[in-house]
This record gives sequence, C-alpha cells and structure tokens, in this order.
Amino acid sequence: MEGARSEPERQLQPAPLEPLGGLDAEQDAAVGEEAEGDLEEGSEDRKMTENNFSLKKIEISVSEAEKRSGRNAVNMQETYTAYLVETRSVEHIDGQSVLTDSLWRRYSEFELLRSYLLVYYPHVVVPPLPEKRAEFVWHKLSADNMDPDFVERRRIGLENFLLRVASHPILCRDKIFYLFLTQESNWKETVNETGFQLKADSRLKALNATFRVKNPDKRFTELKHYSDELQSVISHLLRVRARVADRLYGVYKVHGNYGRVFSEWSAIEKEMGDGLQSAGHHMDVYASSIDDILEDEEHYADQLKEYLFYAEALRAVCRKHELMQYDLEMAAQDLASKKQQCEELATGTVRTFSLKGMTTKLFGQETPEQKEARIKVLEEQINEGEQQLKSKNLEGREFVKNAWADIERFKEQKNRDLKEALISYAVMQISMCKKGIQVWTNAKECFSKM
Amino acid sequence: MLFFSHFLQTSRGEFDSSEFEVRRRYQDFLWLKGRLEEAHPTLIIPPLPEKFIVKGMVERFNDDFIETRRKALHKFLNRIADHPTLTFNEDFKVFLTAQAWELSSHKKQGPGLLSRMGQTVRAVASSMRGVKNRPEEFVDMNNFIETFNQKINLIDKISQRIYKEEREYFEEMKEYGPIHILWSASEEDLVDSLKGVAGCIDKCCKATEKRMFGLSETLLPVVHEYVLYSETLMLTEEIGKLEDKVECANNALKADWERWKQNMQNEIKSAFTDMAEENISYYEQCLATWESFLTSQTDLHLEETSEDKS
Repeated sequence: MEGARSEPERQLQPAPLEPLGGLDAEQDAAVGEEAEGDLEEGSEDRKMTENNFSLKKIEISVSEAEKRSGRNAVNMQETYTAYLVETRSVEHIDGQSVLTDSLWRRYSEFELLRSYLLVYYPHVVVPPLPEKRAEFVWHKLSADNMDPDFVERRRIGLENFLLRVASHPILCRDKIFYLFLTQESNWKETVNETGFQLKADSRLKALNATFRVKNPDKRFTELKHYSDELQSVISHLLRVRARVADRLYGVYKVHGNYGRVFSEWSAIEKEMGDGLQSAGHHMDVYASSIDDILEDEEHYADQLKEYLFYAEALRAVCRKHELMQYDLEMAAQDLASKKQQCEELATGTVRTFSLKGMTTKLFGQETPEQKEARIKVLEEQINEGEQQLKSKNLEGREFVKNAWADIERFKEQKNRDLKEALISYAVMQISMCKKGIQVWTNAKECFSKM
Repeated sequence: MLFFSHFLQTSRGEFDSSEFEVRRRYQDFLWLKGRLEEAHPTLIIPPLPEKFIVKGMVERFNDDFIETRRKALHKFLNRIADHPTLTFNEDFKVFLTAQAWELSSHKKQGPGLLSRMGQTVRAVASSMRGVKNRPEEFVDMNNFIETFNQKINLIDKISQRIYKEEREYFEEMKEYGPIHILWSASEEDLVDSLKGVAGCIDKCCKATEKRMFGLSETLLPVVHEYVLYSETLMLTEEIGKLEDKVECANNALKADWERWKQNMQNEIKSAFTDMAEENISYYEQCLATWESFLTSQTDLHLEETSEDKS
C-alpha cells in the first residue's frame, strides 16, 4: 500500500493500475456521480464530493438473479446464482437513461471486490455485503440459499452494496470497482494481478498488535467498544424479532382454522348459517394477511443486518490503526535500543546485555577498528530508523485523519438510515393495525348478523 | 376442601327470607345436578365444570382454576334459576337456602316422586333403543347434535390454541421492547427514536395482554360450556327416541330443545362478537400508539430541517 503522496490533501490511492487503453479521466468522470436505485434513504442527499470532473450521472442496479450451473475450480458440477448488474448513464439534459453496461456477477465476485477494497482503503468503513447464508430466520422462512425469497432479498442487498460504494467519495473512484461494473471477462484476473492478497495484513499480525499496542488513539478504542456493543445489541434484537415474528405467525394462522369449522357448522344452522359462513371467510383473510406483513418485516430486518455487518467494518479500521500504531511503537523502540547500543559502544559503558558484550568478555576485547566499524553500522541504521520513524509517524497521522473523517461520514449515514428504518417499522405496524381493524370490523358485522 | 359461598337474593314468595348466604362444596353441586337429571330426564340440564383440571386444556384459562370454576358454577346456578321449569325444583331450593347440616339430612332422603317417574322413563327409553321410524324432528335434532358436538369441540380447541399462541406472543413481546432501550444507551442521536419504539412495543404488549384476558373471560368459558352441554345433549337425545310412548315427555323435550338452541345462538353470537370487538380495540390501541410515534418523528424531522435552513 502506497503511503501518502507529496500532496497531503490527496487521499490514499491504491497501487497504480496501468491505464487500460484510454481510460483515465473519462472513467473518473463516469463513476461516482449521484447513484440512484432502490435505496430507501432519499437519494437527493447523495451529493458529489471532491469531484472536479464532468457531471455525468450513473445509475446502478442489480436487476435480475438467475440460477446457473457450471463446473467449479475442482471441476465439480455446482449450482449458483448469478446477478445481472446494469449500469445506466443519465444524460443531464433530458434525464433519459441509457444502458451503458450490463454483466453477470456471482456473489463470490462481490466478495472479491470487497476484499480488494478492504486492503486498499483501510481507512474507509467499507460497506458490507448482504449475508452469505440466511441467519436469524424465524421458522417458516427458509434458510435455503436457493429459496427465491432469499435470492430476492440478496439481490436487493447486493444492489445496495454497489450503491453505497458508488456514493462513497473515495471508493467511487476506484478503477477495480469501475471494471467490476464494466468488464465482465477477466475481471477476476485483473483484481488478482494487483497483488492485493499479498498486501493484506495477516490476521495473526493484527491480533498480536491488538494485544500489545501501548498507546492507541483513544477514539479508536472507544470506537471498538461501540462496534462491539452495536453488534451485540443488533444481534439480540434480530433474534428476538425473529421469535416475535414466529409467534405472530402462529396467532394469525390459527384463526384460519375457524374459517373451515365455521363453514362446516353453518351447514346445520338455519339462522346463524350465513353469518357464520361469511365470518369464516374473514377469518381466512385474516390468517393469510400475515404472510405479506412478515415479508415486509424481513426488509426491515435486512436494514438492521446491514448495520450489524457494518460493525465489523468499523472494527477493521480500528485494527488497522492498532497495527500501524504498534508498528510505530516497535520502530521507535528499536531505534531507541540502537541509539543506546551506539552510546554504550562509544562511551565504553555496558548497561545493556548484548551477545557481542558477552563474547567480548569471554573471548577478549575487540579491536578499536572493529568497534569503529560497528558504531558506523549502527549510526547508519539509526539514521535509516529515524527516517522510517518519521514516515511511519506521518503515515499514522494521515491514516488517523482520513479514517476519522470517514468515520464521521459513516456516523451521520448510520443515524439517518437507522432513524428512517425505525420510522419505516412504525409505518409497517400502522399498516398491519389498519388491516386488522378492517378484518375484525367485517367479522364483527357478520357475527352480529348471526 | 373447597367451599363456595353463595349469596342469594330473591323476591319470590315461597322463600322464607329474602337473602341467604350458604356454603357449598363441589360434591353438593354434583348431587344437585344428579337430582335434576333424575327429576327432569327430558330437560336439558346445564353442565358442571370438570372436577379435575383437564389434561391438554390451556393453563386453566387465566391461571386461576379456582376462579374459573367459581364462575362456571355461578353460571350453572343462574341457568337453573332462569329455566322456566327447573327454577321451581325443590332440591334446587334446598341447595340454595339450607344450612350445611340441613342439606346433608335432605340428601339422605330417598328419591322423590318425580325422580321415580324419571327412572321409569329412563327404563323405557333404554328398551326402546334402536327403534325405527323415529319422528323427523328427532332425526333432525339427532343430526344437529352430532355435528354440533364435533364443531363445538373443534372450536374449543382452536380457541384455546389461539389463547396459547397469544400468550406466547405476549411473552416474546415483553423482551422485545427493552432491547431498544438498551440500544439507546450507546446511540446519542437515536435515543428519541429508539425509546419511542420501545414505548410503542410496550403499549402493544399491554394491549395484547388485555386481549388475551378478554378471550379468557368471554369466548373461552362460553365455548367450553357448550362443549360440556353438547356432551349432555348426546345423552338426553336418547330420550327423544321415545316416540309417542311418553308423549308429554317428548313435548317437554322439544320445547326445552328450542329454548336451548335459541339461547345457544344468542350466547355464541355474543361471545364471538365480543371477541371481534376485543380484537378491534386491540388494533385500535396499537394503531394510536404507532401513529403518535410517527408524528413525533416526522415533526422532529421537520424541526431539524428547518433548523438547518435557518
């Protein structure tokens, strides 16, 4: 990963890709404009930021899902779902949109894109993908990945992911992202050629840093706690919501049994017959209304799930900070110890244990020339070390600045989105209540006519 | 050993006093029912609640078996009191007014004249079993009773199942609201929204409880009583097969049958109408609470955006 360039206001760029033909400025122009689509939040909030290029709008949608079969890497037959990603360019003048690109992507390719973005933009809270497998399901809902409802919700989730990337001021300019939208063949190879997997920090290294870092920025520590809390509370909420949904389903469906029995009973009743029969019909209506109600609620659950997964993205940024900070601390420590060694050599006092010191004691003093040579080497190393420390410090500060800017952006987005999600939940409840009132009012009328 | 206290107020002349308060055990009720059945074999005697908790029956309606039974026994007595014939029954009068020792000694007396006649009728009835060419009205009655028995049993099961599901829904809802409060502790900017949602869920939770309670007070006892009634009917209709051997008995049964059916229709209609009303009221309460939350959120939003502009 490249460090900060000489112009400090320029944000961290990925490893430069050799320009493929005459892409450059045109690409940058086409990407990252107002992204429309099925985002629940008002798209009028999406402004173009830090973009000096021409104002061409694009629309991205994941419009279809298709079951495919093919042979996988180990030549085994497999079925998977492919998603159609369509990009439209909106001509500013007349608002008409023209389809510019259309290609099929599988979930694994979305994952690859995201992994790449995580490596090259560690200071960005990278939007999460929709879940790979259905979780927090209430029992009537299928946990099968091939289930059409799940596929549909995943399609929406993938579209949402692309829209979030496209509307992110930094991520939207990424070439690999652009190619994801425009280049179907060989895109995977292109991504792998960036060598991003090699640049990824090892999990072990990150874990080590987490435990040993001495002075992380307090804000990141707090952020880590916050993301843990967010994850925990949303998980809990989703679990209970699923149970509530289950129970609600039960209540509604059992009423459906009345329908059948009333109908049979009405056969033997002269006066009560009609009333019973029509009341029974309303009970059926009531029972079947729950399916749509709960399907709507799944969309609400998906909105919450997105932020559940965002918690992990937040933690990734914190981990990167810890890693850099730890690196810095290690470098500083290393430098300090070398300086001390140097000083000891020069003055002849030995305060620190060193192998050389031991061997000197055992096998006799070294010659002044040898000593000089060692001091020189150390001085070179110290010089280098100081340079490195300087640049690491700079890197670290740049990172903190940029990361924090993105975190602030994320916070505002989160507050907006969650508030709207809660409002939409209320709207759903209101709709459910109104339906209930109507059905039971009808039923009451039938009962009173019996 | 449980005693039920009865407080009786009467304006009828044949009672010595106008107010009585006595204590009765479940056994005494059983005795009374038996006596009434003996004395009036062609009449439909109201059912008694079960002696023991029936297995599979939903948590004795509202968790208070004693209370439920008390109400059912109260209903039993009222039904007898409302019945044009049964209300004048001697044993009934004794049951209502005698002191405990008086009742015991009365019980020891042998069966009265009416019940002796009743026994004869019963004996005749059993010898008449399987007789062909029954009058059409009794065939109708027969069919009705069979189907009614089936259906009312199903409705009883369904209704109890609904109660159970509502109860489980209620239990889950109790946990659902507080999570939002917990969440609000880590979200400065979302405190109002989260607390608002929590409040709405809690109110809906209470409304559910009320609905459940309503179900257990009106629909469930009525339906269950008719389950017991229908079991009684399955026996009584045996008598209906008597044809004109005991003509007056048939007529009494027919009249009582009509009366019973009319009552049943009214009570079932009333019970279900009440249930529908409970549900309407439940949804109306929930609607009001969510609408007020929505208003508060959108008002806030308008305030915020106008603040931004100014």
